[in-house]
Amino acid sequence: MQVGLTHFLIVSALLFCLGLYAVLTRRNAVAILMGIELMLNAANVNLIAFNKFTAPGALNGQVFALVVITLAACEAGVGLALVMAAYRNLETIHVDEINVMKW
Amino acid sequence: MVELAWLIPVFPLAAFALITAFGRRLPGEGAYVAVAGIIASALLSIGIFLQMLGHPTPYEANFRWMLVGQLPLDLGIRVDALTTVMLLVVTVVGSMIFIYSIGYMHEDPRYSRFFAYLSLFAASMLLLVLANNLVFLYAGWELVGLCSYLLIGFYFERPSAARAAMKAFITTRVGDVFMFLGILLLFFTLGTFRFEEIFTKVSQGALTGQTIGGLPTLTVAAVLIFGGAVGKSAQFPLHTWLPDAMEGPTPVSALIHAATMVAAGVYLVARAYTLFFASPGQEALLAVAYIGGISALMAATIAVVQDDIKRVLAYSTISQLGLMMLGLGVGGYTAGMFHLTTHAFFKALLFLGAGSVIHAMRTNDIKQMGGLAKVMPSTYWTFLIGALALSGIFPFAGFWSKDEILLEAFHNNPALFVVGALTSFLTAFYIFRVIFYTFSGTLRSHDAHPHESPGVMTGPLWVLAAFSTVIGFVGAPFLGNPFHAFLRFEGVEAVPFSPTLALASLAIAAAGIGAAAVVYHWKIVPAQALRRAAGPLHTLVANKYYLDELYAVAIVRPVLWIAWALRNFDVYVIDALVNLFGLAGVGLARLYRLMDTYIVDGLVNVVGYAVKGAGGVLRYVQTGRAQNYLLAIALGVIVLLATGLFR
Repeated sequence: MQVGLTHFLIVSALLFCLGLYAVLTRRNAVAILMGIELMLNAANVNLIAFNKFTAPGALNGQVFALVVITLAACEAGVGLALVMAAYRNLETIHVDEINVMKW
Repeated sequence: MVELAWLIPVFPLAAFALITAFGRRLPGEGAYVAVAGIIASALLSIGIFLQMLGHPTPYEANFRWMLVGQLPLDLGIRVDALTTVMLLVVTVVGSMIFIYSIGYMHEDPRYSRFFAYLSLFAASMLLLVLANNLVFLYAGWELVGLCSYLLIGFYFERPSAARAAMKAFITTRVGDVFMFLGILLLFFTLGTFRFEEIFTKVSQGALTGQTIGGLPTLTVAAVLIFGGAVGKSAQFPLHTWLPDAMEGPTPVSALIHAATMVAAGVYLVARAYTLFFASPGQEALLAVAYIGGISALMAATIAVVQDDIKRVLAYSTISQLGLMMLGLGVGGYTAGMFHLTTHAFFKALLFLGAGSVIHAMRTNDIKQMGGLAKVMPSTYWTFLIGALALSGIFPFAGFWSKDEILLEAFHNNPALFVVGALTSFLTAFYIFRVIFYTFSGTLRSHDAHPHESPGVMTGPLWVLAAFSTVIGFVGAPFLGNPFHAFLRFEGVEAVPFSPTLALASLAIAAAGIGAAAVVYHWKIVPAQALRRAAGPLHTLVANKYYLDELYAVAIVRPVLWIAWALRNFDVYVIDALVNLFGLAGVGLARLYRLMDTYIVDGLVNVVGYAVKGAGGVLRYVQTGRAQNYLLAIALGVIVLLATGLFR
């Protein structure tokens, strides 16, 4: 069986949904950050797959994926710092307990 | 001079206005202004009189009042012989009384108001006299009625005075209603208010043969007009107000209720004499004569038993006015007016003398007095002159005029002559009864300190006494009766003077005085015995023929009862209806309040509660958990994508 673009997209969608599920359901902030990483990587898979199958000679998609990886690293750094700050102030990293946004 | 006649009522009117506006700040607290006003009128009247003596052509001045459809209504003043005589009487007697009042009223707290009223009265009376039409005459007529009311009730703190004022006003008003009907009848049949036109039309036979309700129109009109005169001149049966009117200050009694206003009725009959004279069979004239006769005799009998000096004079006034009416009624036009003139002087004199006595004694009761001749010589002598004039003793004023009336009656209506003669006898009797009680004998009251009145009061007394002595000569036959030459009614021949009758009337008067002296001076026949001998007659007369009681039962009570019934109707029906509306309003308001609280407010509250409830429910959406929001965002994106993909 020839592996085509559709397969990549399905894997990517599944990966995105897993990441989204993790973001929406996990109580631990760190796990949520991990969910976000999953979603970013799902996007990377999409970028690489589209680059490979629609414009094989170009490098745009791959470069863009590299930018996203860089961005993800930054995001993880900032996110973890936020988690640390939240923990110091609120003594928890469970997002359902952090309710200062509520009225 | 006669062109200035319109000024005559203006002077006192101006005085009235000035006193009303400035009151006590005027010279003499207003009294001098009033006196100046009336004296100015008096001088002008005398001037006009002198001019009229020369060429007695009537003077008229008119102005166009209004147009009734095509009918022009001209009103104005008229100066003729009759007017001139009345002007003289009113202003000259009025001046004396005004001056006298300065002394009589000097301690009164409402001093200036008194003079304001007097001035208004003089102005109204002069307007009445000067009027050449029934409108002005009626206006003056009602104004003098008003002044009379105000002045009778001058001491309004006294309930009796207030009641007397009301009685006078209402009683005369009864007569005035008739008079008003008479005026309207004349206006609607003849279309004019002016005397001259009325009389011309009447004498040309404008109303001849016309009837109203089966009666001749002319007689009806004349009798209706006479109704006003009956009320104003206190003739039977409307005379009951005059004795009560003596509650007013004595100068008022003299001016209004003896000399001038009450004479207005006689003046009215004289003024409208053509109507009476032209009525079929002279029935109207006969009515005047009989009413006059009844009043004269009835009032004279009552005067005999009165103990209040002013009431004696009041009944005397009714009696004398009755005599004038009698004179006019039997055809003695000149005689009636002559008696009016002389009477005005001597009756004013008697009243002012009585006022002087009352001023000194502080009581009206002649039985309390006595022996005043020595203490008050001026008052005594002038009062005596007045009494002699009233009795009709030669040569005083009353002799000439009363004699003329009796003469006319003797020739035209012997029955009424008997009435007149009896009245004369009684007149002399009652006035000398007063004199003997008041001035002779000894003082019966122990707490009175009588003294002679000041010059400002005795002065007018002497002037009036002089007039009362000499004024009769203007009608003296041996001087050619100048009064008759000046004032007469064309078409009536005066009865020639009869020395026999004059002697007879003198004898009657002397008999009256003699009888009074026998009973009250020499006391040969004690008054007690006389009273007992008269028995029920005395009771009847002392109770004034029970006329007041009759009116009380026949008129006053029913009227009061009707008033009471109407009041109850007002209170229980009209007020109840009004209250019902009020209560209905309150009930409706309650209903509206319920609607407001439960429906209008309810709706507002429902909106509030709905919003609050929705907020209460929706607040749970705002969890504050980022994950929930994120979920919503994700779901939203999915929905958007789904709609974008499957459109």
